[in-house]
Amino acid sequence: MIGFALYRLVSLLASLIVASLVVFAAVEIVPGDPARFMLGINAQPDTVAALRAELGLDRSLVERYLSWVGGLFTGDLGVSYTYRSPVSGIVAERLQVSLPLAVYALVLTVLIAFPVGMIAAGRQGGAVDTLFTGATQLGIAVPNFWFALLLILLFSVNLGWFSAGGFPGWEAGLLLGLQALTLPAIALALPQASILARVLRSSLIDTLSDDYIRTARAKGLSAGQALRRHALRNAMIPVFTIIGLQFSFLIAGAVIIENVFFLPGLGRLVLQAITQRDLIVVESVVMLLVLAVILVNFVIELAYAWIDPRLRKPS
Amino acid sequence: MSARLLIGLGLSGLFAAAGLASLLWTPHDVTSLNIAAKFAPSSADHLLGTDHFGRDILSMIMVGARTSIAVALLAVGIGMLGGVPLGLLAAATRGSLLDDVVMRFNDLVFAFPALLIAIMITAIVGPSAVNSIVAIGIFNIPVFARLVRAGALPLWTLDFVLSARVSGKGAARISVQHILPNLTNLLIVQGTIQFSLGILAEAGLSFVGLGAQPPTASWGRMLAESQTMIAFAPHLALIPGLAILLTVLCLNLAGEGLRDTLDPKSQKGAQQGAGRAAP
Repeated sequence: MIGFALYRLVSLLASLIVASLVVFAAVEIVPGDPARFMLGINAQPDTVAALRAELGLDRSLVERYLSWVGGLFTGDLGVSYTYRSPVSGIVAERLQVSLPLAVYALVLTVLIAFPVGMIAAGRQGGAVDTLFTGATQLGIAVPNFWFALLLILLFSVNLGWFSAGGFPGWEAGLLLGLQALTLPAIALALPQASILARVLRSSLIDTLSDDYIRTARAKGLSAGQALRRHALRNAMIPVFTIIGLQFSFLIAGAVIIENVFFLPGLGRLVLQAITQRDLIVVESVVMLLVLAVILVNFVIELAYAWIDPRLRKPS
Repeated sequence: MSARLLIGLGLSGLFAAAGLASLLWTPHDVTSLNIAAKFAPSSADHLLGTDHFGRDILSMIMVGARTSIAVALLAVGIGMLGGVPLGLLAAATRGSLLDDVVMRFNDLVFAFPALLIAIMITAIVGPSAVNSIVAIGIFNIPVFARLVRAGALPLWTLDFVLSARVSGKGAARISVQHILPNLTNLLIVQGTIQFSLGILAEAGLSFVGLGAQPPTASWGRMLAESQTMIAFAPHLALIPGLAILLTVLCLNLAGEGLRDTLDPKSQKGAQQGAGRAAP
C-alpha cells in the first residue's frame, strides 16, 4: 500500500508540474502587454515600464514561472490587473460561494442517486425500474443551465419561493445563504445524480447475480437485506470512480451555473476575468480548478486501493 | 434493429436534416431583424414565433442545429484522430514506459474539463465556434485513447494476431490491419456518445459566451439571450432547450441501441446505461 501510494504521489507531482507548465505557457503566449493594456494606449513609455517592473513583468520567463508556482504554495498569487487587489484575497472570497455550492450539489447528487439506483436495481424490470430508468435517461440529456432556467421560471418567477439569482453573503445568515444556493445546487446535481443512479443500478445488478448473494438469500435474508448488507458495498468501486470523475464536471458545471444565477463564485470570476483580459486571475483560477480535480482523483484512487487491495498494482 | 435505435437514429436524423437544410433554405433570414414583429406568437408565417429582435425562431433553431452538429462532429473527429493512434500505440507497447507515459498523459488531459480548455483558449485568441471544437476535441482524445487501449489489449493475446506476427508483420501494421478493424463497433458506439456530449458541451460553451459568436445562431446563445426575458417570454427559453434535450436524448438512445445491436454480449438488461462516463 505504501509503495502504491508513493508511486501515485510521484505521478501526482508530475501531473501537477506539467499542468502548471501548460497553464503558464498558455497565458504567456497571449499577445499584448498587460501593463500597456491597464494603462491604455496613451500611456507614456516610462509609466508602462514602471508598471511592468511593479507587476514583475520585466523578469525572465523562468523567474516568473518559479515565482508563480512558489506563489501557489505560499498563497501569493500576484495582483489582479482589474481589481488592483491580491488575487488570493479575491479567490478566497469567491471560494466561500463556490466550495459550499460544490459540496451542496455533491450531497444532493448522492442523496438522489442512491435511493433511485437501489430501488431500480431491487425491482429490475418492474414498472418502478422502467420509470426511474426513463427519468435518469432524461436527466442525462438535460443541459444543466437550461434546467436552471426552468427552475427559475417555476420557483422564482411563478411561485416566488426563491430569488432568481444573486447571493446575500454568509453574513446575512446561514439560512439565506443556503436558500440562495439551493436552486443552483439542484440544477448542478440533477444530471450528475442521473448518471450516478444509472451506474449504481447496473453495478448492483451485476453484483446481485454473484454467488455470495445467493448464499445470503439462502440463509434467510430478504432480497432488500441482501442488497443493502452485501451487494451495496461490493458495487461501490465503479460508483467511486464516477463520483471522482463527476467532481471535475461539477467544477466545470459550476462555472456555467454560477453565471445563470449571478453567484459571485470562482466561475463568474474567471468568465469576467476573460472579458476584462485579467489574465493573472484566469491563470490562477484555472490552475486551482485543475489542482482540485487532480487532487480529488488522487484521493479517490488511494481510497479504492485501500478498499480493494487488488487495485494496488500500477495499471 | 431495436425500437430505441430506430427512434434515436430517426429523430436525430431529423435534426441533422434540419441543420443541413438550413445551408440552402430557412423559412426566414436569421440575420434580418424586424423589431415591429418581436415576440410574435406561433403563426403560419412564424411556426415557432419570433424572438426579441423579431427573428424567426424556427429558422434560428435550424441554423443552431447546424452549429451544434458541426461542432460536435468535428470534436469527435479530433478525438478519434488523436485518441485512436495513441490507444493503439499504448496497447502495442503495453507495459512499457511509453505505454505508461501515454496513459499518464491521458489522466492529465482528463484533469482539464472541456470548459477549462475553452476558457484558456478564449483567453488567448478570443471566443469563437472553432474554440469549442478544439476544446471539446482535446477533451475527447483521452476518451478514445483509453477505449482503444482497453479494447486492443485482449486482442493482442489472440491467435490471429499471433499468426500475423509469425508471418513477419510489425506492431504498427498489426495494429492498423488486425486490431483496429475489430474495434470499429466500439468506436461507433463511443463516437455516438461523445457526439451527444459534444452537443451538450457546445451549448454550454456558447451559453457562457465562449463558443459561437453573433450573428451565428446557436442553441446555447439563444438560451443565454432568453434569460433576461424569461418572465414574459418563456417560449424563448423553452424552444432551444427542448431542441438540445431532444437531440441529446435521441443520440443517447441511438448509442444504446447501437451497442445492443453491434455487441450481442451487452444485450442483457444489466448492461443498459452502464459504461457511460459523466458529460
